[in-house]
Amino acid sequence: MKRLQIAMESTTLANGLKVVIAPDSTAPVVTVGVYYKIGFRLEPQGRSGFAHLFEHMMFQGSANAPKMQHIKLINSSGGVLNGSTSYDVTNYYQAVPSNALERVLWLEADRMRALKVDDENLKNQRDVVKEEVRVNVMNQPYGGFPWLDMPPVAFRNWANAHNFYGDFADLDAADLADVQAFFNTYYVPNNAVLLVLGDVKAAEGIALARKYFEGIPAGATPHFADSTEPEQTEERHGFVEEKFGTLPAMAIGYLMPKRRTTDWCAMALLDQALHGGRAGRLYRDLVLEKQIAVEVDGGIDDIFGYNGPTQMTTRILHKPEFTNETALAAFDRVVREVLENGISADELEQLKVKWRSDYYATLEGGRGGYMPKYGLMHLLACFTLFDNEPQLVNTILGGFLNVTREEIQAVGRKYLRKEKRAIVFRNPVKAGLPAKAGAKEAA
Amino acid sequence: MATRTVEVATGVPELADERAVTWPKRTKARLSNGLEVILAESHSTPKFHGELFFRSGNAAVADRTPGLAEMTATVVRTGTAKRVSRQIEEDLRRIGADLSSSAGADTSAISFAGLAEFSEPLLGLVNELAREAAFPEAEFERERRQKLEEVKLERTQPGFLASERLRKGLFGAHPYGQVSPSEAQVAAYKREDLQAVYRESYTPENALLLLVGDFDSQEMLKTAEKVFGEWKGVRPTAKTFAAPPNPRGRRVYLVHVPGAVQTQVLAGCRAITRKHPDWVKLGLTNSLYGGAFNSRLVMNIREDKGYTYSPRSGVNALRHHGYFSVSAAVRNDVVAASLTEIFYEMDKLRSLPVPKAELADAQNYLSGVFSMGLATQDGLLSQLSTVALNELPDDYLETYREKVRALMPEDLLATARSYLDSANMQIVVVGDRAQIEEQAALFGELETYDAQGARVS
Repeated sequence: MKRLQIAMESTTLANGLKVVIAPDSTAPVVTVGVYYKIGFRLEPQGRSGFAHLFEHMMFQGSANAPKMQHIKLINSSGGVLNGSTSYDVTNYYQAVPSNALERVLWLEADRMRALKVDDENLKNQRDVVKEEVRVNVMNQPYGGFPWLDMPPVAFRNWANAHNFYGDFADLDAADLADVQAFFNTYYVPNNAVLLVLGDVKAAEGIALARKYFEGIPAGATPHFADSTEPEQTEERHGFVEEKFGTLPAMAIGYLMPKRRTTDWCAMALLDQALHGGRAGRLYRDLVLEKQIAVEVDGGIDDIFGYNGPTQMTTRILHKPEFTNETALAAFDRVVREVLENGISADELEQLKVKWRSDYYATLEGGRGGYMPKYGLMHLLACFTLFDNEPQLVNTILGGFLNVTREEIQAVGRKYLRKEKRAIVFRNPVKAGLPAKAGAKEAA
Repeated sequence: MATRTVEVATGVPELADERAVTWPKRTKARLSNGLEVILAESHSTPKFHGELFFRSGNAAVADRTPGLAEMTATVVRTGTAKRVSRQIEEDLRRIGADLSSSAGADTSAISFAGLAEFSEPLLGLVNELAREAAFPEAEFERERRQKLEEVKLERTQPGFLASERLRKGLFGAHPYGQVSPSEAQVAAYKREDLQAVYRESYTPENALLLLVGDFDSQEMLKTAEKVFGEWKGVRPTAKTFAAPPNPRGRRVYLVHVPGAVQTQVLAGCRAITRKHPDWVKLGLTNSLYGGAFNSRLVMNIREDKGYTYSPRSGVNALRHHGYFSVSAAVRNDVVAASLTEIFYEMDKLRSLPVPKAELADAQNYLSGVFSMGLATQDGLLSQLSTVALNELPDDYLETYREKVRALMPEDLLATARSYLDSANMQIVVVGDRAQIEEQAALFGELETYDAQGARVS
């Protein structure tokens, strides 16, 4: 078995900024990312959606690169760029021909040092974000399902349970003082990691990181609100109207074990057994064999990328002639089967090969094909910010490949329990629900 | 009409000397049975990616019924003479592989990726799907019913409704004018019709095998001969369709979605194929117009006016025809304002030469982004397939950047005048009629459709 080994060097600058360089001269392209350890989970109460709105503001101008200049300078160097906000991190990234490396570092350092934005920029991006929410959520069939529908049903702590894209009233209430306060609190070098991957030598990368970033003063260590959840002891249900879609839908989410435990590794393999594409037990049973469902997908989303309570979530769109109860009963039978009988040695072997192959695909993954090394960057960043151990990218696979059949069955019995899950039903308002009497039962 | 003065950055580091872009050697061969093979090595990760293309898609059999090649491809993976569906899926997982089969207008394809150590068994399965698909009755019936739900569902997606209507507007009764079958057409699919498409199209003479990854090309070529060598079959006779009329004058198609909280705008005009000598010029013109974050349209209607989140334009090449299009999902009350800016930016490119500095920026952008295909196995595969399927010259990858950099402002002016055909754009707006009809009608004669595709006025 050929193991992939990622070469890297890492250090921490005097101001606390962590730096990871992963050289690879395959192509004359370099990917630069800056990750800040703040996501929408811990954005301020009364300011839902703010972490994401703030991400937009990071493209609106910094001390020496006024509005539009960051975008213009990356594109005109032959590169592409973007940013994204998730639960526990916000990232900014660009891939450029390697002759533009210093320019990119200069731009990232400039906006880490100081923003230069005004009310007009804020109003502009508030409008842009509202159209983003409309195009992705409010004007799409099953928009935001289940990633926005599940948290308020599953969780009790505001940090985990609020609307991450933001209520429009909260977006409207955000002002420049909020922007500056958020920047001062969380966007300090000692709460970030800089990643340089691709066509760069390790020593050169570290020297350039020092040159451009070491002069940025450290800030106070950010205080992070408590995101722990009270223990869940009952199954939770929620109902959301589907305005456009034609099929009834449901999502079932189970609380995940703590990251980097044996249970967590076993859960990942169990996830592969349940959700691994057309070979996965749920798709095979509900779509291919019983033909109750049209779509079954989901699982553990971005397993390495979260640092707080999260779930393994199954998303089901089923045929209208079956009731929600019938579809859920079929789902429950698949789960019960694995809890009662476990999985075979042969199945486990298949799961491990696929898991290894998928892990390599994640590392190579380019975010829609336009951002080389996005996946590797993401894992290095999360392992640095959450674990202070970027080398995990080379060693973490071992834990998953050592999982036993007994551990999978045990983790299933411990975590796939009704009192540890939440279910969201999203049924079409138009089509009307099938009457219970006379509705088809699964074969 | 941009209202805000753009300030420049100060103290920006200069670009260093460019490192040479070296595309990997391609090994091209024809197997004893006529199958064309193109291989390229990329050792960045212990995996490989491949595609087995067939040069026939939905258009080639559109005279029978729409979507037939797509349905054929869907059922291909559900059983062979040797393996039932469940066995296929488990065997793929056993070797850590992903596989999909699909068809577009011009090609059908089996796409796959897996661990390099298991390349032979994966190619073996691909060969089996290409030669010995069994079309089991029960699998066909299930996939047909799945497809029925999918075609209902896509009629609830604004993006689908817009592109369906634009393609009809641009290509009319030509096969390119129909992007998806109707429910009735899917209901009438017959297993025998799929098998006929399979027999005609899935032949080595009609196919192209592309492989990129962590292997030795000579060894891989031997494996390919061993796996695919026995497969026989001739190239199907190519069908020709009368060229569709190019619509003249602006026309507006409103697709009414009651309760829509946003309007999907999509406008397009006929343009060129990849083989056309103006392709690179149009690519650069498009990236200036709306094809990049830094483009004029994005800066105008997103960064200046905040009408939309993701405006973009693109050049869409089908094998025999192409079209230019621009899209934006906008606030309901700025549909007319957005269209005004969309046309303003087109007309500006058609009227005034692009300033030299802006041109240089766009040239850098396009040539830089092109080279990113080198960095990943699937990026390289996609570049190689573009060259091979469009029958572009062998040195296309190596010479593209020079061609981009040789262009002058007058080239772009001429290109915009030819292909950013502002006066003849077909405009689709998908949204709530009561909120957008008056705004949309300002831009041309208006026809209204419902989400099922029926004309209502």
